[in-house]
Amino acid sequence: MSKRQKRAVKLATVFAAIFAVVPAVNAMHIMEGYLPAGYCIAWGVICLPFLVAGFFSLKKILKENRRAMTILAMSGAFIFVISSLKIPSVTGSCSHMTGTGLGAILFGPGVVGILGIIVLLFQALLLAHGGLTTLGANTFSMAIAGPFLAYGIYKLCLKCKVNRRISIFLAAFLGDIFTYCVTSLQLALAHPAENGGVAISAAKFLGVFAPTQLPLAILEGILTLVIMIALETYAKAELKSIGFYKEVK
Amino acid sequence: MSKDTKLVLILLVIAVLLAGVPLFALKGADFGGSDDAGSQMIAEVHADYQPWFEPVLETIIGGELPGEVESLFFCLQTGIGVGIIAFIMGRFVERKKQEDKRAAGE
Repeated sequence: MSKRQKRAVKLATVFAAIFAVVPAVNAMHIMEGYLPAGYCIAWGVICLPFLVAGFFSLKKILKENRRAMTILAMSGAFIFVISSLKIPSVTGSCSHMTGTGLGAILFGPGVVGILGIIVLLFQALLLAHGGLTTLGANTFSMAIAGPFLAYGIYKLCLKCKVNRRISIFLAAFLGDIFTYCVTSLQLALAHPAENGGVAISAAKFLGVFAPTQLPLAILEGILTLVIMIALETYAKAELKSIGFYKEVK
Repeated sequence: MSKDTKLVLILLVIAVLLAGVPLFALKGADFGGSDDAGSQMIAEVHADYQPWFEPVLETIIGGELPGEVESLFFCLQTGIGVGIIAFIMGRFVERKKQEDKRAAGE
């Protein structure tokens, strides 16, 4: 990153840090007719530094390496497909996967933030799924928190010399689960239970999402692994060019 | 069949089972979205809460998006994604074939 870009990221971070404190202070007032508009803004602002950093990292990748474009398009398209499929689950309700693990493993979590927000915008505008006001919160859980965890898990697994394929599966699987954990927490923060507060509320929301999401997360792990095997077989050159094989000894 | 092909086939079968079995195992379940389950939860823990913003599209057309149109948009999203993946994968597969042929010819 150049100096100017670094400064922009720093600025956005500071901006976010200031705002991040605010909802924690206001949280006590939620009970009485609190408008979650503040949360919408806060989450949006928290997303900013990640998105700014992601944008610069995306720009850098594309500038240095045009070949990465195809893999990048694949990762984006993967999120598009995966997050549009509503899959029936064991609990008798449907949910969909996030698809962000692939991009996070290949390009790092920052870039996925940009890819994710495109998908979220599409769904918010056309499908009334998610929404413009909740875009910030959704972006944070699906396009930032999930991918960051997936990326971390993947790197950790590689460091511990876990088989690469198992690492990919685990990263995508846990990234998906984590996205819904964060969503539950976001909902709980804005809607704490009457008695018990955020923790009880979070447990309740998690109780709704987790059983539904668990099989889907496994599914996401499997699909991510399948597409990675396909890429490893047919696009070795591209994967090498984005440094995918670098960390393998 | 190579080891990878086998693995991919097994994985795909598991994937189909994961998605398909609930549909047959839970006869009569309505398979609503878990997002809706989420809004019900909000109604439960925060009884007097009113959503304060309507989806823009629903405001413009003055009502809920018809189910068929919604599925159209979802298909559109899937279609765009699959199109890109298929196009690029097609190129990769063909390129590998050419490379293999050239390598074999030398």
